[in-house]
Amino acid sequence: MQQIIDFFIRNKNFLLFALLFIIALQRTKSAHNYHQTRYLGSTHIVGGSFFQWKASITDYFDLAYQNEVLARENKNLRTQLLNSKDTTTTVLVPSTDTLNFDHIRVQTAKVINNNFHKTKNQLTLNRGRLSGMEIDMGVVSPQGVVGIVTHVSDHYALVQSILNTQSKIVAKFQKSQHFGTLTWDGFDPTALQLLEIPKIAPIAVGDTLVTDGKSTIFPEGLPIGVVVGLVQEPSNDYYNITVAPFTDMTSVKQVYAVWRRDANEILTLEQQGENGTN
Amino acid sequence: MAQTNWLRELGRFVTVLLVQGLLLNHVRLFGYINPYFYLYFVLLYPLTGNRTILIALSFFLGLGIDMFSDTGGVHAAAAVFAAWIRPLLLKFSFGVSYQYNTIKVPSAPLQQQFIYVVSMVILHHFLLFSLEAFSGRHWALILTNTLASGIFTTGLIIGAFHLFSTSNK
Repeated sequence: MQQIIDFFIRNKNFLLFALLFIIALQRTKSAHNYHQTRYLGSTHIVGGSFFQWKASITDYFDLAYQNEVLARENKNLRTQLLNSKDTTTTVLVPSTDTLNFDHIRVQTAKVINNNFHKTKNQLTLNRGRLSGMEIDMGVVSPQGVVGIVTHVSDHYALVQSILNTQSKIVAKFQKSQHFGTLTWDGFDPTALQLLEIPKIAPIAVGDTLVTDGKSTIFPEGLPIGVVVGLVQEPSNDYYNITVAPFTDMTSVKQVYAVWRRDANEILTLEQQGENGTN
Repeated sequence: MAQTNWLRELGRFVTVLLVQGLLLNHVRLFGYINPYFYLYFVLLYPLTGNRTILIALSFFLGLGIDMFSDTGGVHAAAAVFAAWIRPLLLKFSFGVSYQYNTIKVPSAPLQQQFIYVVSMVILHHFLLFSLEAFSGRHWALILTNTLASGIFTTGLIIGAFHLFSTSNK
């Protein structure tokens, strides 16, 4: 017995080191493997308040830049307002819509945690269920699309960034109306991949991509990015398209969550339709 | 330095944590090079101080950095390793004068100081980036990151030694 106690006392530093090291490894491993569950934990009140506190300090560092971004957005919106008869310049307000009720809800939110150098990147917002946030809301920045809400707690929401290898967003060309799926391969945060655009589509480098109203997540016509690379694969009938997002994902701070009030109606109807045809 | 000045150690702990988490984590020189200055705390912990406490403190320091940078337990693992390996590196860099407690790290000869800091930084960074790359990034990335960030960190720490040592004596 004495020897066992002696052994522990003699090696207490190593044992403590080994114990703490294993705990740290465990945390690392769960961070890599179980992203979803861990992040559910970080929208929790404790983790959330921590990020909120951190954001309240670090926010001051890029105030000038964020002000400029918002001012530029205001300029665009004012231009639209003053030229409201010209329907070709619509960016944020889908005025061509035939729906005559106020069907898009917008909520402001602040990014309190953001990452962009992993493969499955997520953002945490300082608005939660109590502020009306719901799963599957779209999130946009002053410049363009940011991602989709995947988890909400009472005070915080988690957003799957467009820089997430699991992200799939329907995008269409502003000019030609051809649409495809926007994904990310996990490497360059300024290069997204647009799939399923057939070679017969009349597109070129420099074309603008906007959201497509066909999914119920984003309203139609929100800016996403611009085509920077266009390769024709000889093996199939589709383009390899590289897209640079408008949003600088490395510095996004102020965002808007958008939600279509008619989303449930559309989804229910489509569900009924599918059940009916079976 | 028979008595450890706990107030000063605690102050250094908090300072290093905040400087790293709020300031240096956002540096990203050339897009990816980040200094990990918090090693300063582990390096400068009193040579006669309690080792067990150093290991525990380093763990919590690393855990704090992990919370700031959202990296699970990568920094905690690397920091606790640094704290554990420290006596070995001290013996290796300062030799006899360490064993007789006649040395102060910030005022040691530059060459010995340099060996001490560089060996610690390289070991710590290598472990850090290896753990971070866990999820399938390339080994070349680990080495370049270790080297690039290592140079940055070493520069900062040795600079800090010479900047703050006179007032701390």
